[in-house]
Amino acid sequence: MKLAVLYSGGKDSNLALYYALRYENVKCLISIFSKNPHSFMFHTPNIELVKLQAEAIDLPLIIQKTKGEKEIELKDLKKAIKKAKEKYKVEGIVTGAVKSVYQASRIQKICKALDLWCFNPLWLKQENELLKEIKKAKFNVIVSGVFAWPLSKKHVGKKLFDVVKELEKHGISKIGEGGEIETTVLDAIFFRKKIEIVDAEIFGSNNTWFYKIKKAKLIEK
Amino acid sequence: MKKKVLIINVCKEKLSYFEFVKPIENIVKKSGLRCKVKNYLELKEKDLKEVDKIIICGTALKDFDYLNHIKKFEWIKEINKPIFGICAGMQIISKIFALSLVKKTLIGKYKVKVIKKKKLINKNFYAYFLNSMAIKTNKNFDILAKINRVPCLIKHKNKEIYACLFHPEVYNDEIILNFLNQ
Repeated sequence: MKLAVLYSGGKDSNLALYYALRYENVKCLISIFSKNPHSFMFHTPNIELVKLQAEAIDLPLIIQKTKGEKEIELKDLKKAIKKAKEKYKVEGIVTGAVKSVYQASRIQKICKALDLWCFNPLWLKQENELLKEIKKAKFNVIVSGVFAWPLSKKHVGKKLFDVVKELEKHGISKIGEGGEIETTVLDAIFFRKKIEIVDAEIFGSNNTWFYKIKKAKLIEK
Repeated sequence: MKKKVLIINVCKEKLSYFEFVKPIENIVKKSGLRCKVKNYLELKEKDLKEVDKIIICGTALKDFDYLNHIKKFEWIKEINKPIFGICAGMQIISKIFALSLVKKTLIGKYKVKVIKKKKLINKNFYAYFLNSMAIKTNKNFDILAKINRVPCLIKHKNKEIYACLFHPEVYNDEIILNFLNQ
């Protein structure tokens, strides 16, 4: 089945993509660039990096910009999915939703309206299982944002597996399912090339910190 | 020996298995019971004989392939073991017992009203729905819970056969656990 994968560049959308690549025919990635930093659906700190990630994976990318206002961003998402259906003849959409009924049900509704299959291969996946799978798929994942006490500046830019124990110690979801952390994937088993960070900056305050990748390049594996 | 549960996968597509079957498998395993997962097209008589309880899982919103193979589920009529059907599983049980299917789309979290208190559940609750069909009951089934006028949890009057329209694996693990433990 020809599929498009909703892609933010983080660990969940990459793992969902890995599932889709193993079982079906992935034709393109879809990314939503939201101007709203508080978007429930789409905001991630390094969304611009998806262009380089798509190149590293060697898949076409559909980018849809949105102001990020609640209902408008759903219309914009629908527009992007429709574009994937028309341009790449996809028959279904894959998401990296794990527990968010808010996200999953909205995407299900869009797929229903567009007569597309909707797949959520990580749905209700247990934290340890998810971490085990990304390790097995050789993900190089960094923490690109933290949004919960007592996380701080020192956690961003670190490899996810180097902060997992600390997250656990503080009772924070190890996969950041409550939005406590955001991640960026620089390499995985299905990446043809890997991403090297050339320049990045850390900014934020209190318990909200970002690791913004300003410049990156692809290197051979 | 611990009880053994047969989990029946009705998904046409492999990617749907991870979404609709694996979470049920995790709940059963976590409860300490043994389980076996089988696709309905590969189901053998031996699989039904060696288990104590049976769960028929749901599948993707666009998947109705199981309705093309409804004869594969004729064993439901004869078997004397507790069965729990989830969403697509509810449609299958309904077809086997000649209940009618009606078009009804529900996607998201809704409040469910308990009509008849039974062991599975005894107070109103929220549940996650992902369906484009619902059912109409007949005299052989009790309605245990409803969402508006739509039956969403039913039980066969004379058999330990339950079916629900919603996906209990999302918000209502206890319904599955109560079925497994009763």
